[in-house]
Amino acid sequence: MPMARADLSRRHFMGRVLAATAAALLAGCDAASRSSWLPRILGIGERASRGAQRLASRRSMAQEFSAAEISPQFRSNGTANPANPEYQRLAANHFADWRLRVDGLVHQPVQLSLQELRAMAKRSQITRHDCVEGWSAIGQWTGVPLSAVLRLAVPRPEARYVVFHCADPMDDDGSKYYESIDFEDAYHPQTILAYELNGAALPIANGAPLRVRVERQLGYKMAKYVMRIELVESFAKIGAGNGGYWEDQGYEWYAGI
Amino acid sequence: MPEQSRPAKYSYYRHSLAVRILHWINVVALIVLLMSGLQIFNAHPVLNWGKSSYNGVAPFFELAHGFPSWMTLPGPRWLAMGRRWHLFFAWIFVLNGLIYVIHSFASRHFSRELTPTRSDWRSIGPSIIEHLRFRHATGEAARRYNVLQKLTYLFVIFGLLPFVILMGWALSPRLDTVIPGWVDLVGGRQSARTLHFIAAWALVAFVLVHVFEVIITGVYNNLRSMITGRYVIENKHADGTR
Repeated sequence: MPMARADLSRRHFMGRVLAATAAALLAGCDAASRSSWLPRILGIGERASRGAQRLASRRSMAQEFSAAEISPQFRSNGTANPANPEYQRLAANHFADWRLRVDGLVHQPVQLSLQELRAMAKRSQITRHDCVEGWSAIGQWTGVPLSAVLRLAVPRPEARYVVFHCADPMDDDGSKYYESIDFEDAYHPQTILAYELNGAALPIANGAPLRVRVERQLGYKMAKYVMRIELVESFAKIGAGNGGYWEDQGYEWYAGI
Repeated sequence: MPEQSRPAKYSYYRHSLAVRILHWINVVALIVLLMSGLQIFNAHPVLNWGKSSYNGVAPFFELAHGFPSWMTLPGPRWLAMGRRWHLFFAWIFVLNGLIYVIHSFASRHFSRELTPTRSDWRSIGPSIIEHLRFRHATGEAARRYNVLQKLTYLFVIFGLLPFVILMGWALSPRLDTVIPGWVDLVGGRQSARTLHFIAAWALVAFVLVHVFEVIITGVYNNLRSMITGRYVIENKHADGTR
């Protein structure tokens, strides 16, 4: 029947038009993703999420879990052992020579050994670590509240961000991992510099000797192998200027979602 | 009004401008959310049940190589950009949906067109049989949504869509803190991730059935009514003439 054949070829044609349109749209979306303007537009979503979430949960506390819920093995992601001679030398000596430097926009720059940090006020919390990739693991973290360390250094009034400089080299050019948080998170009671995981010294795979816990954000904010804490007014001149190693690769600075 | 007094063929204004605009924004948002969501899934193509991924329980679902690149946005593996698309269009989708719900209550779209009437409830059985035979209302009866259509729309609008949004919120470590432990109501964050995924595919199933029904009940007429608002009714008379 000629009618049916015409109908069939018309459907065939329509199908091809639809498929070609879809392919062109997808190619357009990919090209736009690589542009400079689209990520800026999509960034409105990040700012909206940050504003709305902070409004909804200014002083909220992250959920804490029971000891029975601790993951049998806490997954190590990213760097498992920094390929950094200075770090390896410190690790060989069980971090006895390691010092945490706190400087930048502070009145009183300080250097703290692991023993000194352990002697300070401590906090223990069993929390869930949510990776940006999608997995979660539960672990018990013990450490010193970041607020206590900051008080020792006495931040200057113009300081707005806390930058964590780490020991793990990330790229061939030798640039190292870094992260930053603002003061709202820095002074949160659950924001700690952890030196213990599940009741034992923090393993190298999980960031020894010291890693940050920022429990209301995703895992990449919780820098491992922290060597230096720098207080700054702006992180525009650090790394590529986006506030963290993964932020420089296009991830959001605000990782509450 | 008896059918005979109706013109054999006429068009009427079926969908308001607001509903048409909101519908097409929703189409774009859902496509972007699905494809960027699959991009995000591919970063860890495993679904678990429970509070964490490492609780000694075997994964609920696993896709060794993830979804193919033609299904994801962007095409290549690119989690950071997938998240930007997803979390931007999530706002569009939620705001669009909120406006739709407010508008539909205010304009009485829900009570007039989507709430089943008493006779609707009695016709569920026959309506199921008619759907299974792919027989659909024609003429004046096509002006009204049938009961299965009404119930499906209400289920999607007030059940599935709020659920997929809520399960998305459950994945945000910050929103989990608004009421600490609320994600445990569905079994924990990894359960919420699994449910978010299942609900997304349930929406895909709804869209497939929706598009199928659009096609078999007159693709041109349906599409025109969702673009211009006008829907054509053709009345067959008792003797079969039009």
